[in-house]
Amino acid sequence: MNKLLTFAMAAFASLLPSLAAAQEAAGIDQRINQIFADYTGWYVSFIFAPLPGTNFSWIALWLVVGAVVFTVYFGAIQLKGFWHSIQLVKGDYSDPDDAGEVSHFQALATALSGTVGLGNIAGVAVAVSIGGPGATFWMVIAGLFGMATKFTECTLGVKYRNEFPDGHVSGGPMYYIVKGFSERGLPLGGFMAVLFSIFTILGALGGGNMFQANQAHAQLAGVLGDYPGWITGVVLAGVTFAVIAGGLKSIARVTEKIVPFMGIFYVLVSILILIINWDMIGWAFGQIFMGAFTGLGVVGGFTGALIQGFRRAAFSNEAGIGSAAIAHSAVRTKEPVTEGYVALLEPFIDTVVICTMTALVIVISGVLNQDPETGLYIWNAEAGRIATEGDVSGVALTSAAYARAFSWFPVLLMVAVVLFAFSTMISWSYYGLKAWTYLFGEGAAKELTFKVIFCLFIVIGAAASLGPVIDFSDAMLFSMAIVNIIALYFLMPIVKRELNSYVARLRSGEIVKHK
Amino acid sequence: MTKSTIVVGLDGSEAGARALAFAQSQAKQIGDCSITVCFVIEWSPFTFQTKEENEQRHKRREQELQRAHDVVLDPAVAEAKAAGVEVEGIVRHGDVADILEAVAKKRGAVQIVVGRVGERGLKRLFGGVTGRLVAGSSVPVTIIP
Repeated sequence: MNKLLTFAMAAFASLLPSLAAAQEAAGIDQRINQIFADYTGWYVSFIFAPLPGTNFSWIALWLVVGAVVFTVYFGAIQLKGFWHSIQLVKGDYSDPDDAGEVSHFQALATALSGTVGLGNIAGVAVAVSIGGPGATFWMVIAGLFGMATKFTECTLGVKYRNEFPDGHVSGGPMYYIVKGFSERGLPLGGFMAVLFSIFTILGALGGGNMFQANQAHAQLAGVLGDYPGWITGVVLAGVTFAVIAGGLKSIARVTEKIVPFMGIFYVLVSILILIINWDMIGWAFGQIFMGAFTGLGVVGGFTGALIQGFRRAAFSNEAGIGSAAIAHSAVRTKEPVTEGYVALLEPFIDTVVICTMTALVIVISGVLNQDPETGLYIWNAEAGRIATEGDVSGVALTSAAYARAFSWFPVLLMVAVVLFAFSTMISWSYYGLKAWTYLFGEGAAKELTFKVIFCLFIVIGAAASLGPVIDFSDAMLFSMAIVNIIALYFLMPIVKRELNSYVARLRSGEIVKHK
Repeated sequence: MTKSTIVVGLDGSEAGARALAFAQSQAKQIGDCSITVCFVIEWSPFTFQTKEENEQRHKRREQELQRAHDVVLDPAVAEAKAAGVEVEGIVRHGDVADILEAVAKKRGAVQIVVGRVGERGLKRLFGGVTGRLVAGSSVPVTIIP
């Protein structure tokens, strides 16, 4: 751990002189990439290794199998409990005497602001351009099953959080792993919690930070014209530092208030585009269903679509990764299960609704090149994806698709992407910090150390096109899921007990509706 | 005869103090009448919060309740007691109009007394707290200028 940090700091230090001479950035990129690839390549290959004899990576299967197990074990809680979840968010069951505490709505909105973001905009474009429209189908399937995973982890997050004497709370997988394992008399709880925390810190610095900064810069440069990435990085890092360390809470608050409206606006624009092209919606769904089972020309066919869908869903809604459990544990409820119910709405909103919107618009817009005769998509073997309009992928592809309907959209998307990236970074700085304080203890100096490191990584992320670094951070996020889901398997009987007791009391009328 | 209750909404202002004074004289005239002094901390469950705010929320809530008691409620209760009126003080988080109405309903109050809040501009246009209270109340509302 310390070694890695020292190494990261060293890497950053070596980057500093050239930041001044920004134009050398390309050489530095290569050096960092090389160092990272040499040290971490084996781990990345291990995480994304395909199952023997297939091109299906085992980690995607791991997440989906987990989600299916939880769905079966809790009797399709995401279907049976869906309406109850909405009632909880509406506040129907909120005791008026608890007014003033964090509400279910607030917990949901806060957790969502960490997950709704680039995954819904860039991630979907990547999935659809590599896996074809069919990837959308598998993404939605993964999202629907993932709801049960969120239910499980967030219930545990609330049940086993730490309450400190001064009244603030810390929770998340590291806490429920330790406490839950010792409650059930299982060994290795402490070890797994430490492992999870290490992965969380690295995931926070990577996917929750460098990837975000990188994509934010890509979008800014795409709209405003090319300029050195370190400028974006330094600005973002400065603002982030002011927020997370400098106590400039007002910026955080403003972001937290704008981001939901950005999300809603994004969905509204998507719906508007779909209404304008209403005659193509049926066709687009046809493409999605057909693509899901045939691939419609993408390399890997059916499995190609499946893998991309599953992988991007996991990235987008973070079900099973454990991050949401950290966010939800701040809620002070007498019934941990209620928080699980509320959390299961996240993959639904994030993946089933928002990701599907993006995918439909991309498919309908026709930015994916299709052979008019066969109806198959044209494969660009060199780029490893479907040939696209303007030869772009990621955010740029989404941007191009929406621009077909509204020419002003790229500018709006630029603002949205930067804000989403910023709010995701703030969220992950919090997750990383919670893992950090779990390892090193709470304390102002210790927390500041992490915050400084976090902001340095923003600059690195924005300044360079760091393929291997991004791969590594992806690998870290999925590593969190390995530890977390193992723990969830061992702890799910506890959740079941909570759920049964809650449902029984709900039926008997012991838990009353207040509205 | 069953005991009557008057609910008084306080906001720490001059008008609130006058409302309390008015309620006391009313209670004395009615005779067997108690006063429920209510201080509402404006709060909505449907706002967007940061993760730190959520984490600190319970602590803040305790502080807000303590402050409401120290600064507004306890002095008001003491004053009413000194005047020889039976009094109860409560603090709630939420929407002022909703809470006062709910408290009045729960206690079967004969009336709600509030001070007039000098609201200007948009707030006046959309009714403000007292306006909404009057519009939605199930018991008579007295507004003290």
